[in-house]
Amino acid sequence: MAERLDRAQGLGGNRAGARRRLGGALWRRPRLKGASLLSPPVLAFVLVYVAALVALFVSSLWTVDSFTGLTIHSWTLDNFRELWHGAAYHTVAVRTILIAAAVTVTDAIIAFPFAYFMARLAGPRLRAVLFVLVLLPLWASYLARVYAWQLILNSDGLLNWSLGKLGLPAANLAYTNTAMWIVFSYIWLPFMILPVYAALERIPHSYIEASRDLGAKSGRTLRSVILPLALPGIVAGSIFTFSLTLGDYITPVLVGGTSSQFIGNVVYDSVNGAGNLPFGAAFAVVPVLVMGAYLLVARRLGAFEAL
Amino acid sequence: MESRNTRIALSVWVAVVLAFLYIPILLICLYAFNRSNVESWPIPGLTTKWFSPAIHDPDMQQALWLSLKAGALSTAVALVLGSAAAFGVHRFRFFGREAVSFLLVLPIALPGIITGMALNSYFTFWKINFGLWTIVIGHATFCVVVVYNNVIARLRRVPGSLTEASMDLGADGWQTFRHVTFPTISTALISGGLLAFALSFDEVIVTTFTAGAQNTLPIWIFGQIRLGQSLPQVNVVVFLILAVTIVPVALAQRLTRESGILRTEE
Repeated sequence: MAERLDRAQGLGGNRAGARRRLGGALWRRPRLKGASLLSPPVLAFVLVYVAALVALFVSSLWTVDSFTGLTIHSWTLDNFRELWHGAAYHTVAVRTILIAAAVTVTDAIIAFPFAYFMARLAGPRLRAVLFVLVLLPLWASYLARVYAWQLILNSDGLLNWSLGKLGLPAANLAYTNTAMWIVFSYIWLPFMILPVYAALERIPHSYIEASRDLGAKSGRTLRSVILPLALPGIVAGSIFTFSLTLGDYITPVLVGGTSSQFIGNVVYDSVNGAGNLPFGAAFAVVPVLVMGAYLLVARRLGAFEAL
Repeated sequence: MESRNTRIALSVWVAVVLAFLYIPILLICLYAFNRSNVESWPIPGLTTKWFSPAIHDPDMQQALWLSLKAGALSTAVALVLGSAAAFGVHRFRFFGREAVSFLLVLPIALPGIITGMALNSYFTFWKINFGLWTIVIGHATFCVVVVYNNVIARLRRVPGSLTEASMDLGADGWQTFRHVTFPTISTALISGGLLAFALSFDEVIVTTFTAGAQNTLPIWIFGQIRLGQSLPQVNVVVFLILAVTIVPVALAQRLTRESGILRTEE
């Protein structure tokens, strides 16, 4: 039937007919249409992004000749051996991971009550306003926000001025790990609030009523009903806060001190300073492994549906 | 419902968090008008004298131009690839459908230095010179997902019966796309494009690995802040960027009520 219709349309023999036949052919073969839509983006991603990740692993197994500065294309685990035995690299990796974890926990604690208010207490108008107010800083210039904190935390900045007005001693937070923790928590906070809000908003009100009807006090309802249902949202947000902190090296340069190097700083320096790309690639494999493990756990906790 | 005290405590918490989010942004805007060239608080007075030298700085202008070009090109790439992927994933159930979504979100879910370092190794391997196109490729990888998320969220909300009705009324595939599908997703495309541009315009980490010797605007700002050079001018540039990026983002928000990166459809 479709074939005959197709032929009837084809009798016109004009360009519209040809277009129609092609459209009809694709309509009848959804797999072909799907493949023709999906292959450009998937191919581009495989050929550029996935291939680049492979190149990262491959070049981490190469070395650089210390005399000529040229890359030696022979397989060796020397870079990883150097990382494994270098105490300084351990310190950097542990610092990066610990601060990323601290930032994630801090953001979860700040975000949950905020998202709870948005989802459960605010009316539709206020909710829409709060949504935009959380969203705007996310898109406001990253450098501007880090730089603002540099100005706040400086010895003659807003923080110490405020402390002085309150009669408190000055805090010397500039260029410390504490400064990095504050600034990272600030920068990535919207990434935590939004998915937690989305998760809380999806909880049907009847669940909470049912919990109350069964005699649970509000603390118990929060612990046994709301938190478990919000968990995928919290984990989805934590993927961003953790990963973005793990892969940053700008904030450590701007607000961290001389002993506040992150994995990213070492990677950047080995590429742009020392010209040792293979070593930088090897160290960049560390966050890949950490994130791989993290994503596996997140997947089990159902975070991907909330992403 | 929550007790009165809980409500009050939560309201106070929301106010404090909003202050935490906005005080730094307001502060940086104020510093653009700082009369002194010393960046301390409180500022001694207001002036607009730094605006002219900031805007006329030739290095800044060059960096701005490169950022605009890179942003426009990577947005164009992201629009094509992101919407194609969204249509493909939305329409057709196939094995590995989840894998496509995962692949697209990977450049944002993986730490920035990994994307940067991976692309740097890859370009070096092929002996490709770093320049505008390497920046565009780097930016496009993480801009695609923004367009994809916007378009797919919209497609999920539009009932498939609209397309079927159009076909039943005799429209061919192209006419259906032109008159039914495209109008329903056009605002999602605009919004996705605006957000992709904003993301590209602001990116530093991946860019430092793919730009070579060239400066995009964020790299220029980063260099100035790190070296503490001509900070009054930097304050002005940063203020102008904040003022200008608010517009497309607010517009994108009005068009789709989506957050862009994160899926939060209501």
